Amino acid sequence: MTTIDPTTLWTVIIGLAIGSFGLRFAFIGLMANRTMPAWLMRHLRYTAVAIIPALVTPLVAWPSVTDGVTSLPHLLAALVTLAVGLLSKNVIAAMASGGATLYGLLYLIG
Amino acid sequence: MPFTTTKSAFWKGFRDGAPFILVSGPFGLLFGVLAAEAGLFVHEAMIFSLSVFAGSAQFTALQLMQENAPVLIVLISALAVNLRVAMYSASLTPYLGAAPLWQRVFAAYMTVDQSYALSVVQFEDAPEMTVPQRMAYFFGTNGLVAPVWMIATFTGAVLGSQIPTSWGLDFVLPLAFLAMIGPMMRTPAHIAACFAAIVTALLAAGLPYNMGLIVAGLVGMMAGAQAELWFEQRKLRLEAVQ
Repeated sequence: MTTIDPTTLWTVIIGLAIGSFGLRFAFIGLMANRTMPAWLMRHLRYTAVAIIPALVTPLVAWPSVTDGVTSLPHLLAALVTLAVGLLSKNVIAAMASGGATLYGLLYLIG
Repeated sequence: MPFTTTKSAFWKGFRDGAPFILVSGPFGLLFGVLAAEAGLFVHEAMIFSLSVFAGSAQFTALQLMQENAPVLIVLISALAVNLRVAMYSASLTPYLGAAPLWQRVFAAYMTVDQSYALSVVQFEDAPEMTVPQRMAYFFGTNGLVAPVWMIATFTGAVLGSQIPTSWGLDFVLPLAFLAMIGPMMRTPAHIAACFAAIVTALLAAGLPYNMGLIVAGLVGMMAGAQAELWFEQRKLRLEAVQ
């Protein structure tokens, strides 16, 4: 695993601190009486639900642990996590089932 | 039950927010551990959690920095994950917008999933609440969640530096993200957005500078927005037929 360069780390921390606060303050602080166009709100509703799967898909398909080789235990653990999350709507239960699947399969397959 | 004082409103928020420490505790702990595994010092992980105070954005940034993604991509992606707080801010404005500026500054910092979700329901249910009572309730919802998040990050960062790399925690972060996806699937449009993002992420994985992530995110957002329009129109047509 590569170490993170300190300049990068601090740029990201400061940038995110300012950016996150900006996003939160944008309306309650500054735009009290203005509304955003409906088309923009409609797209913004789906940012997290698009970005997080987009981020995680390559990590599941080509895990860094196996140097990018698709691996059955990782794939199954991912599917179990997703399925339990969908059915139970419980983040902790989903993670625990996925973790148990991964370590269980890695132990069995070796 | 009507509120008689701002104090009782604060404690109502405090009690309503308490169960959420079961989420913010483990996730803060996980962030601390993974930050330590990624080579961050305890004080770096703490400043990260304290200044950004947005779990999913912090996890995103941590993952991408480890992949050596360009700083701009890290910032855009992490802020995109956090764009929903801008919507929370917009939707809280009618209730809290009349409060003094210094209170709104603190309220903005404290705008997270839990405080938003609890407060909007409370404010809708009790329209008779005054602005100071609403503000007190809002801060109350964070009364436990915020300190627990910070303490958990600290604990995780201290523990994480002692966990050997042979434990293979590399895949824990992907699992954490996957676990967050399930509860987000509230409508068919959310599922469409997620599915489109996954397919595009697989196809666009070869793009340089982690641009595949941005492209897949944008395609997912457009798919979600289009699906929402389509489902709305279909509902209108069905109602017109009946």
